[in-house]
Amino acid sequence: MHNFEFVKPSSIADAVAAMSTEGAQPLSGGQTLLPTMKQRLAAPEVLVSLTGIAELQGVCMGEGGLHIGAATPHAVVAREALAHYPALASLAGGIGDPAVRNRGTIGGSVANNDPAACYPAAVLASGATVVTDRRRIAAEDYFQGMFTTALEEGEFITQVIFPIPQAAAYVKFNQPASRFALTAVFVAKFADGVRVAVTGASNNGVFRWEEAEAALSADFAAGAIAGLTVPSDDMISDLHGSAAYRANLVKVLTGRAVTAAR
Amino acid sequence: MPKDTGIGASTKRREDVRFLTGRGVYTDDLTMFGQAHAVMVRSTVAHGRIVSIDTAAVEAMPGVLAVFTGEDFKDVGGNPAGWLINSRDGTPMREPKRPVLAHGKVRHVGDAYAAVIAESYAQAKDAAQVLSDATVIEELPAIIDMKAAAADASNRVHDEIPDNICFDWGWIEDNRAAVDEAMKSAPHVVTLELTNNRLVPNAMEPRASIGEYFPGTGDYKLTTTSQNPHLTRLLVCAFVMGIPENKLQVVAPDVGGGFGSKIYHYGEEALVLAAAKRLGRPVRWTAERTESFLSDAHGRDHVTKIELGCTKQGDILAIRTETYANVGAYLSNFSTATPTFLHGTLMAGPYKVPHVYVNVKTVFTNTAPVDAYRGAGRPEATYSIERVVDKMCRELNLDPFEVRRRNLLTPDQFPYTTPVGLVYDTGNYQATLDKAVELADVAGFEARRAESARRGKLRGMGLSTWIEACGIAPSHLVGVLGARVGLYDAATVRVNATGTISVMTGAHSHGQGHETVFPQIVAEKLGIDASSVEIVHGDTAKIPFGMGSYGSRSLAVAGSAMDRAIDKIIAKGKKIAAHMLEAAEGDITFADGKFSVAGTDKAKTFGEIAFSAYVPHNYPLETLEPGLEETAFYDPANFTYPAGAYICEVEVDEGTGKVDVVSFTCADDFGNVMNPMIVEGQVHGGVGQGIGQAVLESTSYDENGQLLTGSYMDYAMPRADDVPFYTVDHSCATPCTHNPLGVKGCGEAGAIGSPPAVVNAVIDALHRGGHTHVSHIDMPVSPNRVWQAMNA
Repeated sequence: MHNFEFVKPSSIADAVAAMSTEGAQPLSGGQTLLPTMKQRLAAPEVLVSLTGIAELQGVCMGEGGLHIGAATPHAVVAREALAHYPALASLAGGIGDPAVRNRGTIGGSVANNDPAACYPAAVLASGATVVTDRRRIAAEDYFQGMFTTALEEGEFITQVIFPIPQAAAYVKFNQPASRFALTAVFVAKFADGVRVAVTGASNNGVFRWEEAEAALSADFAAGAIAGLTVPSDDMISDLHGSAAYRANLVKVLTGRAVTAAR
Repeated sequence: MPKDTGIGASTKRREDVRFLTGRGVYTDDLTMFGQAHAVMVRSTVAHGRIVSIDTAAVEAMPGVLAVFTGEDFKDVGGNPAGWLINSRDGTPMREPKRPVLAHGKVRHVGDAYAAVIAESYAQAKDAAQVLSDATVIEELPAIIDMKAAAADASNRVHDEIPDNICFDWGWIEDNRAAVDEAMKSAPHVVTLELTNNRLVPNAMEPRASIGEYFPGTGDYKLTTTSQNPHLTRLLVCAFVMGIPENKLQVVAPDVGGGFGSKIYHYGEEALVLAAAKRLGRPVRWTAERTESFLSDAHGRDHVTKIELGCTKQGDILAIRTETYANVGAYLSNFSTATPTFLHGTLMAGPYKVPHVYVNVKTVFTNTAPVDAYRGAGRPEATYSIERVVDKMCRELNLDPFEVRRRNLLTPDQFPYTTPVGLVYDTGNYQATLDKAVELADVAGFEARRAESARRGKLRGMGLSTWIEACGIAPSHLVGVLGARVGLYDAATVRVNATGTISVMTGAHSHGQGHETVFPQIVAEKLGIDASSVEIVHGDTAKIPFGMGSYGSRSLAVAGSAMDRAIDKIIAKGKKIAAHMLEAAEGDITFADGKFSVAGTDKAKTFGEIAFSAYVPHNYPLETLEPGLEETAFYDPANFTYPAGAYICEVEVDEGTGKVDVVSFTCADDFGNVMNPMIVEGQVHGGVGQGIGQAVLESTSYDENGQLLTGSYMDYAMPRADDVPFYTVDHSCATPCTHNPLGVKGCGEAGAIGSPPAVVNAVIDALHRGGHTHVSHIDMPVSPNRVWQAMNA
């Protein structure tokens, strides 16, 4: 790890000011950034910690659904979202291990947009809104390919607002080593239709499986997708799973998520 | 009632108090006054010619004290292979020099070609990066695939070795024609091609070394993560550095796991000694986890074709194998023994198979060196045999339990000379098989399978009846086989004047529990409290000699040496007692901690005798030396042959291909058991590693020789929820016939016997689920592979 400056603002305004420093990099739970720095693959000059800002913490119901502060750790979401959005709480409770869940945050995960991360699937399937220090971004507009988002230079997430579906489930198949999602599917049934978001599978990052959404909107049952096939063209192929295997998982896990949805 | 002390008691591990409370002292915990820090500069390419290393680029950097390159060590020796193996044509193996730092060429990603020593770790790290950038390496094509390496003479890991083959070994060559004939005339031949996957050892504690040099005396001290400090001293002194053995002290303090990878001497150990001498300061080095992945000796990595000739009823008539064994870029110390005498000699398994022939071609590649890893050769043999026997059962529609019973050696056949050169001293393989069948409730399998099916899972059961040879090893035998060392061990038992005892043992505990078990034996034999016995290990200045801990040898060999030394203590004690009790020495008996005159109530306690030996006021000084300390060297008469039967049940998720190991039953014969709790723990650990190999662990290099599984993001270690609760039994014991404690090794058994049981269970599950076209899946049986196999 190289040397760096560290600042920990206590308000969004102070964080915005700190982020205007040359070479500033926001730090939330640090579950990706710190290992990367330790390996000397990243060397930010200034780390701006976002975990000391009260407005960025916590889970509560509000306008538009469930509001989760960007710096809220997964373990807190797992506990406090349970009564409002059990599928989301279950997702948060299945990320990493207890140490990761008590440090890693929803904002960090969504900002990093790892193609195998869990939260992007929930954000996209829920049609959530990503709120930043300067604007509100719809999920559809936010995710722009693996590790790529709509966030601008210096922009940071303050909150994610999740509409609450009638029923939902997240089914994750672990990559055996990292226990990130080898492939995982979030299914959310709303009054106006079903949304299916897939993470871990595509070279383009999290995506919606629209054929399944149409079929499930007509008939919310696992059997409704039986006749569908998932093209493997854009699927990730690596040590842990071929493109065809991941395409299979998308379908299998979608079916299981529909069955599990509540 | 179970005993609560002495031999056979499940005494809790006394060392765990310090380990579990963070008070262990590991190499990296030590801080030396005036220490400097070494960082190795490692190759980022698998194969290349070193054109230039611009050391001037870093010498003026802040804190930099010294830079070493291969040039600094070109005139010292190389790190040798411990066994000389001859090829089938009689020519000796090819032994390229393994230098302290790569010189001329780099041969694998992670091959260290330079080292930077600086005041701080961060400064050394910064300078190492700059030096890496200031090095020009002309990249050469990487040689990764073993068979391609052996076929292509134009591309060489070592310029002087034309076909990249270290040796082409046949065992036993004189039997080859008869085996070929038996195979040809067999009514049925089963053929299986399989890979025994390469594993990264992943000891919890990474390798670390501290070198010190004392200019006043010319003495060196090396503190290092070693399973056998005496062997390291021998290699550093006699082969690499040319230091007299009496001028180097090697200390291995608490060591956090080795699994084989810390048996060997590594270049970093020589480097810190040379640097300490040059700088006149202690020099330390600790591996980062990435370095461990890249540069610890890996395990396994065999590609084998095995053929089994049999009758239609499943009587095994002949076994023939052809194996390609990867040794990586250099010969690590045991690398030539592992695929040969620790593998080929086990290829008859526990069966009465008359004809066996083994061929092993050992190949250099641009990958990390491969050497012994928990089980070392015997897991590879067991996996090949138990998989092909399982395949035979499927091809001939025979019951795998019944086929084992037909072929297992029977108790009346011992001692039994195998067709591959070993003499099994004792065993009862039917007993362990029956016990495993009972404990695993094989009769209830169908009900469990139906219950799994109701949950949408395919359930299968796999069996493995395994044997291994451990407690290495009789020196006269291994000498004939090519070993360049003897494999005895030594112990000193020092009785202090107050009756407390220190045992200096050549075994080295790096997780095994010697500090608990060895005192149990001393206490039992001398009739004293185990708490008054301390074990001293891991320091060449304190211990008479030792060959360390590996090959499940600590108790069978070093424990036997300790037993012999205790016998000498008792014998001397009888002489002292005879004098004190005014009786003939022949009339003195020793039991329960008392020396007594037979047939009388006259007796002296062990403590009284010890005191007399050191305060010899009433003592036969004219015929007997004072003091009570004895040393024994013990050379085993044979290997020990633990054996057992393992039954595994798995559930396979047809949708995802995921394998869950849902039950695992072990019935083992380890001979006499000194501490059942520790034995069970060893089996648990071994089976955990075996399940890791079978289901999870994969070491993958790409075609350019980059390690794709170089971190825990991609290398899947088994975790608690990957393994079931085990059922472990060791009641079917046939004591070893040739060591004084009647013990066999238990440390590697689990890792040896379990992988084929897991894979056999997976194949069974797939067949029961209708996927009868699947005859084999290579390890690890990952979800991806199982799904691909089902859907092929």
